[in-house]
Amino acid sequence: MATPTHYSRRSILGLAGLGAGAVLLGACSGDDDGGDSGGSATVEWWHIANTEPMLPVWDAMAKAYQSAHSGVTIKITPLENEAYKARLTTVTQAGTPPDIFHTWGGGVLKQQVDAGLVKDITADTADVRGTMIDVAMGPYEFDGKAYALPVDQGMIGFWYNKALFAQAGVTAPPATWGEFLDVIRKLKAANLTPIALAGKDKWPGHYYWAYLSMRIGGVDLLKQAGEDGNFNKPEFVTAGQRLKELVDLAPFQKGFLATEYGSPDGQAAMMGNGKAAIELMGQWAPSVQAEASGKPKGLGENLGFFPFPAVDGGKGTATDAFGGGGGFAIGKDAPDEAVDFLKNLLSIENQRKAAATGAIIPVVKGAEDALTDPNAKIVAQTLASASGFQLYLDQAYPPEVGQEVNETVAQLMAGKMSPEKVTQAITDVAQR
Amino acid sequence: MSHSADQVTVARPSPRTVAPAPARRPKRKGRRWLTITLFLLPALVLFGVLVLLPMLLAMYTSFFDWNGLGGRPTDFIGLENFQRLLTDDIFLGDLRRGGLLIVLSLLIQLPLSLGIAMLLNQKLRGRAFYRLLFFVPYVLSEVITGVLFTMVFSPNRGLAEHIFGWFGFDDVGSTWLSDPNTVMYSLFFVMTWKYFGFHMILYLAGRQSIPNELIEAAQVDGAGNWQAFRHVTLPLLGPTIRISIFLAVIGTIQLFDLVWVLTGGGPLHASETLAVTMFNDGFRRSDIGYASATSIVMLLISLVFALGYQRFIMRRDIEGAITVMQEKR
Repeated sequence: MATPTHYSRRSILGLAGLGAGAVLLGACSGDDDGGDSGGSATVEWWHIANTEPMLPVWDAMAKAYQSAHSGVTIKITPLENEAYKARLTTVTQAGTPPDIFHTWGGGVLKQQVDAGLVKDITADTADVRGTMIDVAMGPYEFDGKAYALPVDQGMIGFWYNKALFAQAGVTAPPATWGEFLDVIRKLKAANLTPIALAGKDKWPGHYYWAYLSMRIGGVDLLKQAGEDGNFNKPEFVTAGQRLKELVDLAPFQKGFLATEYGSPDGQAAMMGNGKAAIELMGQWAPSVQAEASGKPKGLGENLGFFPFPAVDGGKGTATDAFGGGGGFAIGKDAPDEAVDFLKNLLSIENQRKAAATGAIIPVVKGAEDALTDPNAKIVAQTLASASGFQLYLDQAYPPEVGQEVNETVAQLMAGKMSPEKVTQAITDVAQR
Repeated sequence: MSHSADQVTVARPSPRTVAPAPARRPKRKGRRWLTITLFLLPALVLFGVLVLLPMLLAMYTSFFDWNGLGGRPTDFIGLENFQRLLTDDIFLGDLRRGGLLIVLSLLIQLPLSLGIAMLLNQKLRGRAFYRLLFFVPYVLSEVITGVLFTMVFSPNRGLAEHIFGWFGFDDVGSTWLSDPNTVMYSLFFVMTWKYFGFHMILYLAGRQSIPNELIEAAQVDGAGNWQAFRHVTLPLLGPTIRISIFLAVIGTIQLFDLVWVLTGGGPLHASETLAVTMFNDGFRRSDIGYASATSIVMLLISLVFALGYQRFIMRRDIEGAITVMQEKR
């Protein structure tokens, strides 16, 4: 079958195979850029503005910085929200965070800080932080040290379709939870879908429970629970019961448990297409509504905003804000240019440019005058005069606690879990 | 019944078995080993680094309470992660749902594939076209399939909703993916759509390696179509069916991408699989130790099934292969 000549040829092939294997293995170790800060540096930048309108704005700012600082290369990786979370998890677990990466602050950032993956930028950024609004730095500071800078700070509130409200005979936005439930009843009576909710994504649902807890127990209740891990408190149970009152009215679109937020038939698209009257969402809502529904202007003039209503007898006030924004943290091995570039993003000119798109609410004082959208202006004003601030619970708390909040509240909203069971389940995870 | 099948495997003439000259064998043995080692080494190194090492690491981390950050795990908790699994409703539900999918696959998906394979083996106009058509879903990636069917089953403007609407059933097509009671069957429907073509091709190939003379002989002896199928074709397809069952079961135990895109495991964990739970715990909750424990259990289930199945059910098929190799030597 095989002659000796064949054998030698095979041996050579075998060696070649070995070589190929070695090359493959070598390729696994990856390229090592960044790190050194000499005359030339490469800055790896991961952000989540993967669509219009912010994608080209960030690109332009990076290009402008590059032409002003020769030798600096900004390598941008825009990622979709969920894909970003998964990919960042893998690189942080490998101990190689990008030089500049998106963060929501809170518990996740804290874990990264504790693992020594994030640079302490307290001293380098004192000047920029002085220019920001008061509630801006909260989610990004631990023990008085700054680990990231926000570029966008907003809040969650109710976005509503004025035309559909008029159709149902609702004249003014509700100011209390009782009035809010009345509005839902009127919308149902007019054969409209009152609320669009992305049940598949879970995080949009947790806004309801978190806001109710905050209105009933005050901002300190949520801070306290984050520290002692005890959610077995009457205020949280009452919040669940109030939410149950809403759920019992069946206010959501049919099949809401399988609905996503940003897909072409998701929560944002339903709002943009006028298929639902209300959604509880953050400052980005108008731009995602426009994007997902394929209508460049979204609802336009018909879109309105009102803050989450107060709950009678609650300790919190309607001026307490719940939400968050986005910021950037600096990876442990980042070159000095990374911090400098981040500060450049926060110059008042660049904040104005970003604000002009309507996709973010600027954090630098004075940049808010670049906001053109009347709703964005309302959000910025409400936030600037906020009496208290709480970051999204699934970011404020450690990841496993945040996810448990999302999942148990989803169960509650599907009618499968009682308010008491919800607080017990979250407590179990928080105290494990 | 499987006897005849084995005889066929063993008796299949292998012209190459005759060739080597016995006298030269001892001289070549040493070099032969060298060749084998050289050829295997690259694959072994890759396998070790990319398969064995991660497996051992997962086993190691499954004994720790670890969020995956900050170098090495330090908080050793012994078997606590595994104890937690035993009381975890989601994990136990995963086992139940996995079992349901396997039973449905064996009872519905594979017989369906077999039936279609037999039909497409008949003389039929446009037979090649049908074969291609039924195989196409398998060529699509899982992600594309998932996205496609989220649109088909979309509650508000999905294809299923429209089709049922024409027949006067409102709200029938809209809740397939959003109702915890129906989501598993919808998932199984999509799985069947995606994978039946693959099993069909397996059966078709198996059927075509059976000489038609055997079936003709049975028919000459007075066997009807069903009898010829039941007593000649089916037994001779034995090895193919056994390998197809094996692939279907292992594939179901490890099911991830299709579920992830289609339902994300929801609503309310109602379509979650072991792999989805593992991903959620590891990457969403940063509970790497616990996720590792889940992955180890998954590995054990697959391993026990694979070894047991090969030992007891596919034994004769594999022995056949070994006999042929031994003869060759």
